[in-house]
Amino acid sequence: MMSEEDDFDLNDLDDKELVEQIQDDLYDGLDAEVTEGTEILLARGWDANDVLGEALVGGMKIVGVDFRDGILFVPEVLKCAGAMKGGMKILRPILAESAEDTSLGKFVIGTVKGDIHDIGKNLVAMMCEGAGFEVINLGINNPVENYLEAIDEHEPVIVGMSALLTTTMPYMGVVVEEMEKRGMRKDTHIMCGGAPLNQEFADAIGVPAYGRDAARSAEMAEEHVLSLRKKRDHR
Amino acid sequence: MIIDKKNTDKTKKRLVLGCGALVYDLLRLIKQNPSLSDKVNLQCLPASWHNSPQLIAPGVEEYLSENSHLYEDIYIAYADCGTGGALDRVLEKFDAKRIEGAHCYEFFAGTDVFEQLSEEELGTFYLTDYLVKNFNRIMIKGLGLDKHPELFEVYFKHYKKLVYLAQTENEQWQKDAQQYAKDFGFEYEYRLVGTGSLDVVFEEIDIQPLEIKD
Repeated sequence: MMSEEDDFDLNDLDDKELVEQIQDDLYDGLDAEVTEGTEILLARGWDANDVLGEALVGGMKIVGVDFRDGILFVPEVLKCAGAMKGGMKILRPILAESAEDTSLGKFVIGTVKGDIHDIGKNLVAMMCEGAGFEVINLGINNPVENYLEAIDEHEPVIVGMSALLTTTMPYMGVVVEEMEKRGMRKDTHIMCGGAPLNQEFADAIGVPAYGRDAARSAEMAEEHVLSLRKKRDHR
Repeated sequence: MIIDKKNTDKTKKRLVLGCGALVYDLLRLIKQNPSLSDKVNLQCLPASWHNSPQLIAPGVEEYLSENSHLYEDIYIAYADCGTGGALDRVLEKFDAKRIEGAHCYEFFAGTDVFEQLSEEELGTFYLTDYLVKNFNRIMIKGLGLDKHPELFEVYFKHYKKLVYLAQTENEQWQKDAQQYAKDFGFEYEYRLVGTGSLDVVFEEIDIQPLEIKD
């Protein structure tokens, strides 16, 4: 039974309090409350990008930090992600309309061949979408051909590869090598991630960016695009 | 950590530091060869790290930092276990050896059998004796499925088959594993594979004479 203290109307909160409340609700995996809070901010005239960035992505960043520090574990993070999806469902169509102005570009992501694990990869996809990327999610068990075809078709600014198994992570090197051979690395940045990976492994296979968790991966992807734009503007 | 420091016998100069999920198998192997009990000090780290492999390398390092000076030789009853080489980097510091392979499923079944099973069905979920016996604690509660059954789809949507890689013959565990497969909607296969290359740890210890340094 809900206590009197808990039983309040989200409409009674001012904007700052509501954003914090959405972040708290997201942290607690309360999808109905996150959805409601998102709708209220939009009804108050908030830009969908701001709702996404401040309330939802802001909340998931806190989740990401607590996951990294061992305060939250996978089940809790998945509940948080489920709650964020509730808000994203409302924001996605609104963001799609204004995608030309705000998109950071296309981000192709997939789990490599021989590996069916996709929880982390899907979290990264969600965070990157939240950061403003148009995400093309290739799913699981992807041979090199899938990455190459997706690069040809979508011309992404970034390709992300994921693996959970020590036995499958070396396959990332195959994808890097093929991209190198075909001259695809000039225009496409490569990122990798997954529980058994580390920067040392990324360096060894020639991947410039290793994302240690979903929140950091999205930040790194955003930083890459902003740095490209800065360089372009200086020319 | 489940470390019983009171039982740390400093006269036993070889340490076997293993995953808690292997404790029954390790104890059985020691029991089968009574001479080992004089040579080996067995310690185990939490089996729950099966679901949190990022804790394994730091946990092993912490234990070895505090205790490695007590032992002549150190054997680690872990495979890589999803540490992505992090465990090997720790072991290098302490000149310790581990079991070859990616995880216990591989060293129990043997690499050839494990690769064959993976090729037959990539979406295979493996259980061992320990995981069958502790299924509710490690798999159901450990993955939060007791509180959030809706996460089942997120965890298992790509799995189609459950293979029970048994270390011992136990009818009840076979029935339980088959029931778990049924509950999850997976095909079921039973393979009695024994302890596989886990035995290697003790074979090496048994062969090598103990050298007590002054």
